[in-house]
Amino acid sequence: MTDAASPRHVPNRLQSPAARLLKSWEVLLLAVAVAIFIANSLASPYFLNAWNLSDATFNFTEKAMIAFAMALLIISGEIDLSVASIIALASTAMGAAVQMGAGTPELVVIGIVTGLLCGAFNGVLVTGLGLPSIVVTIGTMSLFRGISYIVLGDQAYRGYPSGFSYFGQGYVWWVISFEFVLFAVLAVIYGVLLHKTNFGRMVYAIGNNATGAAFSGIKVARVKFILFLLTGLMSGIAAICLTSRLGSTRPSIAFGWELEVVTMVVLGGVSILGGSGTIPGVVIAAFVMGLVTFGLGLLNVPGIVMSIFIGLLLIGVIALPRLWQKWRP
Amino acid sequence: MTAFLKSREAILLGAIAVLLALIASRFPAFVEPSNLARVFTDTSPLIILALGQTVVILTRCIDLSVAANLALTGMVCAMLNAAMPGVPVAAILLLAVAMGAVMGAINGVMVWKLSIPPIVVTLGTMTIYRGLIFVISDGAWVNAHEMSPAFTGFPRFDILGLPMLAWIAILVAALFFVMIARTPLGRAFYAVGGNPGAAVYTGIDVGRTQFMAFVISGALAGLTGYLWVARYSVAYVDIAGGFELEVVAACVIGGISIAGGAGTILGTILGALFLGIVKNALPVVNISPFWQMAISGTAIIVAVAFNARSSRSKGRIILKSAEGHA
Repeated sequence: MTDAASPRHVPNRLQSPAARLLKSWEVLLLAVAVAIFIANSLASPYFLNAWNLSDATFNFTEKAMIAFAMALLIISGEIDLSVASIIALASTAMGAAVQMGAGTPELVVIGIVTGLLCGAFNGVLVTGLGLPSIVVTIGTMSLFRGISYIVLGDQAYRGYPSGFSYFGQGYVWWVISFEFVLFAVLAVIYGVLLHKTNFGRMVYAIGNNATGAAFSGIKVARVKFILFLLTGLMSGIAAICLTSRLGSTRPSIAFGWELEVVTMVVLGGVSILGGSGTIPGVVIAAFVMGLVTFGLGLLNVPGIVMSIFIGLLLIGVIALPRLWQKWRP
Repeated sequence: MTAFLKSREAILLGAIAVLLALIASRFPAFVEPSNLARVFTDTSPLIILALGQTVVILTRCIDLSVAANLALTGMVCAMLNAAMPGVPVAAILLLAVAMGAVMGAINGVMVWKLSIPPIVVTLGTMTIYRGLIFVISDGAWVNAHEMSPAFTGFPRFDILGLPMLAWIAILVAALFFVMIARTPLGRAFYAVGGNPGAAVYTGIDVGRTQFMAFVISGALAGLTGYLWVARYSVAYVDIAGGFELEVVAACVIGGISIAGGAGTILGTILGALFLGIVKNALPVVNISPFWQMAISGTAIIVAVAFNARSSRSKGRIILKSAEGHA
């Protein structure tokens, strides 16, 4: 008997769904989140406390709301770096309205409308004039926050009505904050929108091949405009929550958040080049970033040192898989 | 000659002339030579950084870490000077350029060897470099009295009525004119940005060229780091915060296409001067400096809209007509 009769080994190239899931980015990220959770509970005796954990969610809920819309925008091949400046402008508009005696319902409307208007402005410049979104939103990032600086200078708006504080400080039930519920609801809405609707498929199609998408009948400009509108809307909602939580408005509010939002999206497995990514990934990434910031905060690590970790995280999660592919035997 | 008159540079030059004329009609003191020299000196750091950014953008990349690089190098130079006042300025200059180049090379290697999108790399290194300043300085300031006179005196050293800082900007600009027009590397920047595929076939290593652009941008940021700290005689974590946006703005206003491969050195210099004049004129014409941010934002948007109009790709037109015939 020669060994020719023994069955030739055929590599199983078609993996089972379970194996694919196990190797997916989301599961890897979930493992990281669990590891950070365990590390945190070992490192600080104050970590495993329902109220502390509830406080920790405020580190990411507002940013994550924007990250959902940003994920869709980045999947479609565009980017919006002006989100933090939209927060500043929306918050300034609400503060100005308070000085004129606006109540809570008016403030909510003003915050949302300001966000939508800013998003529409970005959207018109990018889709209407065909300009590159990265430069346009670097410009509007300066412009929107610049308007806040013109209005406020070194001053601050205070005196928000007491009912307004619910959005950022209220609790729905026990330790479950209003913001966290809003975050969860929005996660579901965006998850369904991206993964279960025609609109979501269009977003992927545009991100993979915008010309191909146009020739298959997708109104590329309109979809992208809606995505900018959604990002503006989310920034407006985040502005309501953040302003309500802080109880005051300065022009420097939410400074640098665009970086953290983009980091969250990229960490969640969304390709910065467009075309791929999932909402569950972004949700887990939000928890990872929230846990890292909160854990380091409990260890008295200053905010700016935390930003080193965020930067390393951003580069690390993209570099490691590429290094792995390069040097794999 | 007529080609020049229609060019972006001529339009910018005209815009600057109109701007100066408007200011001069109300405040003639602003256009006195001594004041213009002051404005130019004040704009020199922006010019130097914008030139470095220009080659990066030419190769279809972007470097958002320049301001953080500047601040970190500046802090290291200031701390070195405070600890060892005896170290000569020449050594500090060398250190600043080398340190900046290394930080640029870190960006470049990740873009070249790992093909990570430049915006992600430099957004990340921007926060890392900025955070490192806090780590090495513990959040403390290095103040004027801790710096040696030679250290703070160098950028202000007067030659023929202009301080050293301005001369360095002029020297860097001159080197860039030569490099862009007369060296293989300078032409490679355009080739890589204009058509990376074709650049490969002509024997240009695209990744390596982008790497070189990042090293140049980083080295200039490092050089400016020392000059900045010495000129203002103070170093702290937040110096030049947000300056990277002004640098990109100067390039975009100067007609450097964010899509790569198009733009001139003269354009960048004029773009930087335009922003510098606006910045210096605001307090003179009694407008709050808080307007600065919104004005540069508007300038970026107007400039990029202008860039796009002048460089509509012909490929798109062919597609549209084919669509019409079908």
